[in-house]
Amino acid sequence: MSVVDRRGPASLYLGSGFIILSGIAAFLIIAMLAVIVGNVLIFGAHTITWDFLSSAPREGMTKGGIFPAIFGTSALVILMVIFLIPFGVGAAIYLHEYASPNSRLTKMVRFAISNLAGVPSIVFGLFGLGFFIQFVGRNMDRVMGLDVVWGRPALIWAALTLALLNLPVVIVTAEEALRTVPRHMREASLALGATRWQTVRSVLLPQAMPGILTGAILSVARGAGEVAPIMFTGAAYFLPYLPHSPTDQFMELGYHVYVMATQSPNIEATRPLLYGTVLVLLILTFLLNLAAVLLRARLRARLAGRG
Amino acid sequence: MSSVATTGEDRIRVLPPITKTGGGRVGRERAIVAVLGFCAVLAMVGLLLIILFVFREALPIFIDRATQAEASIRGFFSTPFWQPVSDTPKYGLTPLLLGTFKVTMVAMIFAVPIAILAAIFTSEFAPVRIREIIKPAVEMLAGVPSVVLGFFALIVLATWIHTLTHQGTRLNAMNAGVALALASIPTIFSVSEDALRAVPNSFREASLALGASKWQTAWHVTLPAAAAGVSAGVLLGLARAVGETMIVLMASGNAAMISGSAFDSVRTFSATIAAEMGEVVVGSAHYSTLFFIGGLLFTLIFMINVCAGLFVERLRRKLRSN
Repeated sequence: MSVVDRRGPASLYLGSGFIILSGIAAFLIIAMLAVIVGNVLIFGAHTITWDFLSSAPREGMTKGGIFPAIFGTSALVILMVIFLIPFGVGAAIYLHEYASPNSRLTKMVRFAISNLAGVPSIVFGLFGLGFFIQFVGRNMDRVMGLDVVWGRPALIWAALTLALLNLPVVIVTAEEALRTVPRHMREASLALGATRWQTVRSVLLPQAMPGILTGAILSVARGAGEVAPIMFTGAAYFLPYLPHSPTDQFMELGYHVYVMATQSPNIEATRPLLYGTVLVLLILTFLLNLAAVLLRARLRARLAGRG
Repeated sequence: MSSVATTGEDRIRVLPPITKTGGGRVGRERAIVAVLGFCAVLAMVGLLLIILFVFREALPIFIDRATQAEASIRGFFSTPFWQPVSDTPKYGLTPLLLGTFKVTMVAMIFAVPIAILAAIFTSEFAPVRIREIIKPAVEMLAGVPSVVLGFFALIVLATWIHTLTHQGTRLNAMNAGVALALASIPTIFSVSEDALRAVPNSFREASLALGASKWQTAWHVTLPAAAAGVSAGVLLGLARAVGETMIVLMASGNAAMISGSAFDSVRTFSATIAAEMGEVVVGSAHYSTLFFIGGLLFTLIFMINVCAGLFVERLRRKLRSN
């Protein structure tokens, strides 16, 4: 009592001042988000028309739409998810169901996963260029006696680069989902004579599906927004045609924003289209994140309900 | 195997289906474990390949004489100029290092206090209803693609800051730093908030019972108890700021110069790679230098992340011992 009282009212003012200051900090974050979203909505909303979403850029990107970028982004993330999910979920199953938690291998893999998550995205871009294009692609061309088909920026290399970038996200969320499956379900399955794999396939995987889906959605949200890893591995400035094979280059929403914002010869004429593209990208990532948050909340509720 | 079983009594006849598939089943289980183990090891292989191939492309700087004549480790720090495409290319890393440092400092000066104070508010003072607004808002901010933050800084924020300060160029370290703070805040906030929430309630109750006020409890008890986690959050936010590319590429002006002012244009490591890799001749000294910068960036951020991991580990041990 006396310790607090000695400081008297000064401490009281200081105290409420501190609480108010921390409240202001929290408010600032929300305000900044609101300013960004509000600005993009105000200047971008009127650009969004069916024509904008369904046609290609024209006249040096001052007219037309962003359909090739939407198509390219979709192709990119679909291809990424196809590479990513089997390996990510497989790794999570191994780490959570099979590996002994204290073995050296498990520790090394966990160390690698947490550090892979911290590698800057531009380094993934360099890796994609150095490994997939210069090493894998070039050698594929050499072995198959082709001219340059694989050894150049392409959809498949960008998708693989993004898949590696998102691998930690999928492993972590899938593991989190496996953790929510009660132990007695595993035991019941094993006691009935099912093997471990049968238990995994028919008991654990169906139960963990929402979590796996969450990981997939989060990776798509992130993949759709990342630009640095695809800049030199496959994204193109402008293409007059849609990509029709994994070895083609592609246009992408995030990269399109960058190109229009920095390389446009006529920034004033480009601006409405630029704002429209940003709005589409923002809506896309917000919806995906929202879906992931809702799915995850359901998963957490189940975990809490189990006690 | 089944022939042995069927020669016995009636009740053994029930068993054959299991024994018959037994051998195959064990083999299949083993194969599946191997496949799943391979998936897990893939994350490790990926990290190793990143290290291997980023440094492989930078290797000529260390061993190739012709490359060294143009770009060498000593050359990187003996010239103050970054002019890779002039007649006599100069690869001085000093302006890039300074640029990265300046932008990161600006970002941290804004991000650290805001994120930590907001985390304290959210975990210690805010009513549940307000907490349920703040946390999703921060998650939304974390979900904003960095190219959108870069766009916002380039088109909107730069004009605001320039009108306010009337200093230097329109695109400068201050502008990029503030935008970068927006990218770092969610990381610092989330990790710090988790750490604060993990402090057992008995700590707070003991402090309040001794007569300390709410803010004294937060400042003198909860925050020190969560210090390791908050430090980890700050380090992860720092790593994010150092490695972030699109924001600085779009908002910093990208002029490689040596200046102490936060209102001059800067060029960072990450932005240099992003801006120049597209036009570079594969295998040239410039190409190797960009990979060298990438390796530098990777090493720096890897070390920051390992430190953050140590802090997280310390926090976990501390909370477990309580």
